[in-house]
Formats: sequence, structure tokens, C-alpha cells
Amino acid sequence: MTHKILIADDEPNIVISLEYLLQREGYAVVIARDGQEALEAIARERPALVLLDVMMPHKSGFEVCQAVRADEALAHTKILMLTAKGRETDVAKGTALGANAYMTKPFSTRELVQKVAELLGETPA
Amino acid sequence: MKKIDPRLLLAIAATGLVMALWLVLMATIVWSTLGGAEREAVGGVLAPRMALLALGWVFGLGIVAVVLQQLHRRYVGAPKRLLEETRVVLAAATPQKLKPRGTAEMQALAIAVNELADQRDGLRADMADQVQQASERVQQEKNRLAALMAELNQSVVVCNRDGRILLYNQRARQQFRQLSQGAGAAAGAELIGIGRSIYAVLDQQLVAHALERIHQALGRGVATPSAQFVTTTPGGHLLRVQVAPVRESADDAAGNGPGTEAVSGLVLMLDDVTASVQEEAERDQLMHGLTEGSRASLANIQTAVDMLGYSDLDAAMRERFLGVVRDEVGAMGRRVTDLAQRATQRLKTRWPMEDMLGADLVTAAQRRIAQHCDRPVTLDAIDTSLWLKVDSYTLLLALTYLAHRLVDEFEVRFLQLRLQPAGKHAQLDLVWSGQAMSNETVMSWEMDTMRFGNERSPLTVRDVVERHGGEMWFERERARHQAFFRFMLPLASVQGALETPLGESGFSRPEYYDFDLFQKSDVGSALDDRPLSELAYTVFDTETTGLNPAGGDAIIQIGAARIVNGKLLRQECFEQLVDPGRGIPAASIPIHGITEDMVAGKPRIGEVIPVFHAFAQDTVLVAHNAAFDMRFLQLQEKDTGVVFHQPVLDTLLLSAVVHPHQESHRLEAIAERFNVTVLGRHTALGDALVTAEIWLRLIPLLQEQGIHTLRQAREAAQKTYYARLKY
Repeated sequence: MTHKILIADDEPNIVISLEYLLQREGYAVVIARDGQEALEAIARERPALVLLDVMMPHKSGFEVCQAVRADEALAHTKILMLTAKGRETDVAKGTALGANAYMTKPFSTRELVQKVAELLGETPA
Repeated sequence: MKKIDPRLLLAIAATGLVMALWLVLMATIVWSTLGGAEREAVGGVLAPRMALLALGWVFGLGIVAVVLQQLHRRYVGAPKRLLEETRVVLAAATPQKLKPRGTAEMQALAIAVNELADQRDGLRADMADQVQQASERVQQEKNRLAALMAELNQSVVVCNRDGRILLYNQRARQQFRQLSQGAGAAAGAELIGIGRSIYAVLDQQLVAHALERIHQALGRGVATPSAQFVTTTPGGHLLRVQVAPVRESADDAAGNGPGTEAVSGLVLMLDDVTASVQEEAERDQLMHGLTEGSRASLANIQTAVDMLGYSDLDAAMRERFLGVVRDEVGAMGRRVTDLAQRATQRLKTRWPMEDMLGADLVTAAQRRIAQHCDRPVTLDAIDTSLWLKVDSYTLLLALTYLAHRLVDEFEVRFLQLRLQPAGKHAQLDLVWSGQAMSNETVMSWEMDTMRFGNERSPLTVRDVVERHGGEMWFERERARHQAFFRFMLPLASVQGALETPLGESGFSRPEYYDFDLFQKSDVGSALDDRPLSELAYTVFDTETTGLNPAGGDAIIQIGAARIVNGKLLRQECFEQLVDPGRGIPAASIPIHGITEDMVAGKPRIGEVIPVFHAFAQDTVLVAHNAAFDMRFLQLQEKDTGVVFHQPVLDTLLLSAVVHPHQESHRLEAIAERFNVTVLGRHTALGDALVTAEIWLRLIPLLQEQGIHTLRQAREAAQKTYYARLKY
């Protein structure tokens, strides 16, 4: 079965690359440009995993993460946070709010792909 | 005529009686020895001469009386007089002497008394001398402390345990002036003043918490405890406050264990950190921009580059990824350039720089260079209005060092300094003319550590320039056969805002403190039962467009002065012109001298009253004919919502209490009676000051009449005839 992945980031320059990368890996990719859009897309598309940027307009990644975790129906959604915020406190906050993994920009695409597979591999297909 | 001592009369009477009895006794004895015929013969002889006998008795008695009186005068009267005179000497405040009189014994006694009196006067003079010396010393110390505080470039406020201010310095006054919200009316005097509460500016809870921490530290045996906190003022400034306790002297606290030492007051050092906190925040923002901003860009580039590595990429996708890389690299380049620019502007404050008037720096440089290089230095094109942010010591060092090498190696004869603004910087030029020299030679100097004469510094000219976040270069003006070093130096952002205006710091400095307030405590008696001599007063006066407040007349000026602890604080005054929002009748202008031009653009009464109310907080209001002024203030209560609950005293009424038989109780008349010099009469502040002087002289006169407390003064005022007048 093809996993569906939502990329939520307001920077088109990274969305292009991530979209290409993940499609190449065989995932179905959905895009959201801000926090609000991301929440709507999650509810509608039910992606297996969300690549969530922290700094987005309207709703921050932290808020989106919190909202998703508050919704029982979305409990199985994996969240991988991507952020330029590299401080320990930010990582701690992300994981505390329910992110499954946290990657600091810049990151290597190989690691990202690995991490995504790892996260999705745990879910029974 | 002197009253005769009854004891003398008694003694004379007794003697007369004894004489008569003695005569009768002798006569009886003689009578009993006579026979019948003899008795008849003697009786016959004596009977017609009884009168003579009685006369003899009276005469004898007269002699006795005279003798007795003489004796009495000498031995009873004289000691009595001596006693009276001795009592006078005893009570005398100034040295006095007895006149030795009378018997030898009396004279000796008088001399002995005189010696005792001498001894006493000597001791008394000695003691007065010592007291005088001691109090002079104390006064001197107080003045020295006050002078020291006044010169300090940091805000210092000392208050007692209740938060009443005992001392503040010039800097604190200026700082409070900045914090004051009242547009210039009281110039911060409603916030800071002798006897005022510091809690008007600082949250009482914060101070209490600081005090608690100090007590804890004292309990742990810390020798010099202090606490610090940062707070925002109503005006939005950030204040860092350092608190140190004023402890009772070691002698007073002796016997108490550590930690039980009493704290009698607080020393507060205030720092307005608004600007530096803002700088800190901006610096943070820069750091943030450098890290997080770059991270995101780097991520974008890296991911795109990774994608470009795939060999099966079609041409369109490749172009898109290349576009991302170009875009992000460009954005990063712009960001770094921008940050670098802002960083040099913002980060210059790292090294503690001082604000310095450019002209001062140039003059100092001129003197130093002339002294070290033995060459004349002229000044040219100096912009005297420039304020620089510099580390003057190292900068002077650099200038002198360069001049020194010019003179030493190229025998330059004349040097010149120039200072001109250049955008956000100032350019300081060290100019010379003479022998040509290569750029390389001269520019190599900036990399050498500075050494000349006895001066040795590990720094290079380049270090100094970098410390200032500035630049320095060598330039030639061929046309004028001149060359110069140009220093670009940062300008001070606030151009000497806190410079003390000349003349303000010099006069009546002692009014900035009143250490007697250390002993005062507010708790306990209510205002009404406090002695008049202890209360704080706001003595005020208003000038108005006319005499009829209900008929539309309005206040055009308010002036007020403060009396704390029996002293008139001339430096803590309130003076404000008020735009009445109506015309000023021409007839009234000669009285108050205020024209419509003068009040144009001044604040309205609605803005002034809240500031005045704050100025008069926690004091008793005093005015001459107070009912009149109060009526004007009360008419504004509805509009401003500011109600004057302060007790009010009227010098007109109280003058009538003290001098009920005087015809006039006009301000001028009373001032004349009390010999108060009238200055600036009929300005609100001038009249307020006169009223204040009068009030200070009325207090002791009221005390003589048994009027000691505020309550008694108000009751006495109510009883006078004038109290029945109503406006």
C-alpha cells in the first residue's frame, strides 16, 4: 500500500525538493502552505505521516502538532518536525507536544528518507 | 514702702510685754516690803507720775525696737536678700555675679556662691562648646555626604523604613523627571521629594520582597547584603533597582545577635535600563537572524543539491532545483550583508563607551599632542554640537601615537585637528603638511602596538578603531599639500540628554536631604492628632481670571511649595500656567501679570489637576484664604474625577486666631508683621512661598496658644469670625 505524506511548509524552495524526493521514494504527497491549511489537509486526506515545519503563518507547527494530538481520530498520524529552531528547548518542546521525531534544518535527505521509512515501518501496513 | 517683717513686730511686742511685766514684778516686790504708811507715801508720790512711768516704758521700748530692727536687718534681712540674689544667679542663662555686702560672714558666703556660679558657668560653656563642635561635625559630615551624592553619576535615593525619601541626588531627580508623566508641570517633583513615598514610583511589594531578601541575608550573616530587581514604571521605562540596607550603627545594635540587626532605612540605586535591554533584544534578534534564517536557507539548498545528484532527473526539474539554489544563495548573501551592517552599528556598545562632547575630545587631544610632540596643534572646522560615543582614553592614545610618529619619523612641523559630521558618524581628522610619504609606510603604523615616550599599550591603532566599530584611513589633499588620518567615530544616540544644566547643581544642595526623617514613623497616630510641626504641607496659591468661580472664572496658574519636617523645600516646587479656555479680563492682568499669549498652548486645567493632586499627596494643604482656592479646585472634581481629600489649613484664619486684634489679615500685611521678604508677589508660586514662610512662623505662635495638633488648628480656625465668610 502507498503511504500518503503531507508536507506542511511555507517555503516553496524546500517543498519542491521534498515533494520530488518523496514521490521518487514511492509515496503519495500532499502539500500544505501554512498551519491552517495543514490541519484541514490532515483531516481531509488522513496522511500516514506529516512533515511539519515549525515556523509557518497562521498556525505554527507546534500548534498544529498539539491540535492533531488532541484529536483521537488522528491518533495514528505520525509527525516529523522539521525546523530551523535548533535549540535544545525547541526539540524538547516538539517532542513534548507529541512529535514522533524532530529534525533540525539543514538535514541530509538520506537521513530524512530513512527517518520517514522508519516511522512508517512501525505502522502495520 | 517695704513691708515690715511680722516676726520683727512680734519680737518688739514681746519685748514690750516682758519690760512691762518686769516693771510690775519689781514694783510688786518693792510693794510687798513696804509698811502701810510707806505704801501710802509711795503711792502718793507715784500715782500722779504714772504717766511718766508709762512714757519711760514706751521710750525704753522704742530703743529696744530700733536695736531689734537693726539686728533684724543685719542678720535676717541680709541672708534673705542674698537668697533672692542667689536664686537669680541660679536661674540666669548668662553668667552673673553677687555683690558681697553686709557682715564679714555674709560677704564670705556671697564670694563662695560666686565661685560656685563661676564653676557652673565654666562647665556650661564647655558643654555648649562641645555640643556645638559635635553638631558642626555632624552637619559637616551630612553636607559632605550630600555633596558626594549630588556629584554621583548614578541615581541614589535613600528612604526610611516607611519608604519616605530622606535623600536623593541630582541624577535621581533628572531620572524621575524623565519618568514623570505630567508634561513638565511638576518636572518629576510630584514623584520625588523629601518626605515623599518612594512607592509612588516603585511597587511596594517589590521593595518589601527585596527587604525580605536582605533580612534573610543578614540572618545568614552576610556582611554586605543587597538585593536587586527590575521593574517597569507607569511610563513604561525599565528600572533596575539595587537595594542596600541602612543598618543601625554597630553601637545601637550591640547585644543583638546576627540577623536581628535593625534596618532603619534603604539605599536605592536606580538605573534606567530601557535602552540597554532594547539593545540586548536587538542583538538577540541579530543572532537569531544569523542562525535560524541561515539554517532554513541551507536546508533548502542542501535538499535541492541532493535532488540534483539524481542522474535520472529531467531537464525541467534540474532547472527548478538549480533555481532554488540560486535563489537561496542570493538570499543568504543579502542577509549576511544586511546583518553585517546592522551588527557594526548595534554591536559597538560592547566595549563600555562614554558619551562625550566632540569639542571636549578635540581639545583634550590638542593638549595631549602638543605636550607629547612639542609641536603646535591648531583646530579647524570643529562642529561643537557633536556628541560622540567613544572610549576617550584609547582614542587619545591612538591620536597622540600617530602624531608622535609623524613628528618623529617625518619631522612634521604643524598639526591640525578637524571634526565634522558624516552621516551616522563623525569624522575626526589629524591633518599635517610636509614631506611626502608612502601609503604603505603610514598604514603599517596602524598595525604596530602603540609605544611612545613613557606610554606603552598592548593595543594597536586598528584595535582602537575596531573597538569603536569605526574606520580609519590615510588620505592626501594634493591641492593643499596636506595629508590626514581620518577616523570615523560613532555618534552618541542620546546627545547628552542627562547632562546637568549649569547652575542647577550648584545651589542649595542641602535641601536634597533630611536625615531627621530617619526617626519619623508614620504608623500610629492619625493625621488629625499629629503635631503641626511634624506634618508635611503643600502650600499653594492660584491665579484666576476673576473672583467668581461659579460665574465662569477659571484658574490660570497654580504654584505650590512643600514644607517637610518644618523646612521649606524651595527646590521642590510646582508652577504651571493653565489655559483657562476663555479670555482673561484686561482688568485682572495688572494683578497677576498673565496675558492670553502666555497661557496659549499650555495644558488645560483637566491635565494639571491630576499632577497637582499627585504633588500634594500625603500632605496637608495650606493656602491664604484657602476657601477661595479650594472652591476653584472643587469645581473641577466632576470633570477630572480628582477629589482633594487632604486636610486644608488657612493662614488667613489662623493669623486671626493668633492676632485677633489686628485689623488686616491680607497676605502683605501678615508678611510685613512677620518680617517675611516678599519676592515675586502675585505670581502663584511667589505667593505660595510667602504663605509658606508665614505658616512656618504661625506654627510656634499657635503652640503658645495651646494649639498643637492639626485637629486643634482646624477647630480654632472654625471659631474665628472670618470663618463665616463664604465664597
